[in-house]
Amino acid sequence: MADVIKCATRDAYGKALVELGNTNDKVLVLDADLAKATKTVTFRNAFPDKFIDCGIAESNMMGVAAGLATTGYTVFASSFAMFAAGRAFEQVRNTIGYPHLNVKIGATHAGISVGEDGASHQCCEDIALMRTIPGMVIINPADDVEAYQAVLAAADYYGPVYMRFGRLAVPRVNDEATYKFEIGKGITLKDGNDVTIVATGLMVNEALMAAEELKADGIDARVINIHTIKPIDEEIIIKAAKETGAIVTAEEHSIIGGLGGAVSEVICEKAPVPVLRVGVEDTYGRSGPAVELLHLYGLDAAHIVEKAKKAVELKK
Amino acid sequence: MDQAKKKELKILACKVRMGIIEGVFNAKSGHPGGSLSIADVMTYLYFEEMNIDPANPKWEDRDRLVLSKGHTAPALYAAMAHRGFFPVEELKTLRKSDSRLQGHPSMKYLDGVDMSTGSLGQGISAAVGMALGAKLSGKDFRVYAPLGDGEIQEGQVWEAAMFAGNKNLDNLVAIVDNNNLQIDGTVEEVNSPYPIKEKFEAFGWNVVEICGHCFTQIEEAFNAAKATKGKPTAIIIKSVKGKGVSFMEDKCDWHGAAPNAEQYEIAMAELKAALAELEA
Repeated sequence: MADVIKCATRDAYGKALVELGNTNDKVLVLDADLAKATKTVTFRNAFPDKFIDCGIAESNMMGVAAGLATTGYTVFASSFAMFAAGRAFEQVRNTIGYPHLNVKIGATHAGISVGEDGASHQCCEDIALMRTIPGMVIINPADDVEAYQAVLAAADYYGPVYMRFGRLAVPRVNDEATYKFEIGKGITLKDGNDVTIVATGLMVNEALMAAEELKADGIDARVINIHTIKPIDEEIIIKAAKETGAIVTAEEHSIIGGLGGAVSEVICEKAPVPVLRVGVEDTYGRSGPAVELLHLYGLDAAHIVEKAKKAVELKK
Repeated sequence: MDQAKKKELKILACKVRMGIIEGVFNAKSGHPGGSLSIADVMTYLYFEEMNIDPANPKWEDRDRLVLSKGHTAPALYAAMAHRGFFPVEELKTLRKSDSRLQGHPSMKYLDGVDMSTGSLGQGISAAVGMALGAKLSGKDFRVYAPLGDGEIQEGQVWEAAMFAGNKNLDNLVAIVDNNNLQIDGTVEEVNSPYPIKEKFEAFGWNVVEICGHCFTQIEEAFNAAKATKGKPTAIIIKSVKGKGVSFMEDKCDWHGAAPNAEQYEIAMAELKAALAELEA
């Protein structure tokens, strides 16, 4: 097997911003003293006049982004997910979301894979928070290929977009040569009839590994990558529920209000089947190496396998 | 400012005040106190200061107004209506479920509202973003942001003040409506924001303190702001909450309460008498 390419989605964010800088003269990038970590530094180095460091003041940054957007700019505002979605939630809701302004929030260091910095910086609540804002698009890419294209697509779309990126270098699951990103369109990565694993972000790769393991146990699992959590691809989820009869969701986020919540809402109303959720179990993270933490909090293929088996049992 | 101009502005401000009372009375809720205290400045902004075109509210070179103290929307709407953005009669629809006049200003409902506001402390940041947008795109429009003196207890105001000072946004004017009252009492009793002047100066702003109901001083302050290069300007207006309606003046209770029918009649009679005197 060829070596798997590993890259953090935040690196793709930085690269895509540079591409936008070259092609779209209306793009501005804001950061809150985290340019080196969010990777907006790549853009800053290439386009210093189009980069604005707002300092450690995320609330103000969101308002400034909104004001700039009203003057015709496509504004990317970046910080860690904890501060972009958490600290500045109400600014995003009232000053970006409510007037539906053309601001793209580039939130990096999402989830528990932040690692050693610990719980204060491990945001597992951002999808839940952003989902409640009417008109907000939420994108959580699985790898660098998807992240890169998602950023370009966000720039082409008019309106607020929340993009969720990770700190950790993750295996590439998509083929750079053929991959095509479309906002709101889920992707079936592997067909199957016994159960569907609906995954997002770095859990997509774990879902693919889980499907391989399940095969050994005679369970034919479908794997769907939901990169856009809002608006969610209802069609692909309903079809999977009807055809496979059980669903497991997998996300590096709280089991409350994220992908698991979004999928459950669709399934409850439109195609009721058992849904089991893999995610952070309503708790805080802790310090430690990212990969170790992912296992510690059950965010891995083994845990998906376990839940998938339970889901298949529930069908009987 | 000559006497004729001053008289004209006083007449307009009186009509704006009547529009505020009309709106809040018909809505049976709203914020008359702070609307009346900022009414003279709003009148000056909409009739003298701002480069705007009511027929083309989205004109991209227009000056912008961000009502950071968004609860005083009745003053914004009354000034806009009298300036010709929409019929004065529509002021009576304030806060109704089929109205464009939301309880706090919304740019999605009403063209001419430059930013949706209401959550205190947020409008000033958006105003800063607009002023920065003008600088980055080489446009010379100006941005005006009225703030409450209670509102500046919000930390975000000072994040915005630091940023605007550092970015030398001389096309930005913040107006602090210093009527000294907020919902729970005087601003000193609740959580004193004083000294306001020194705080803005510390963040690199030009600061002017004036009477908020004196058009000559208002004109001088906005002219001074325009003449100041390399710094944003904060105009601190000493004002009277409820100004122009005797029983509402300097009373906390009129921050967010509507007059009943009897009180409405008294208020309108006072304003009509003041108008008649001005027009005589």
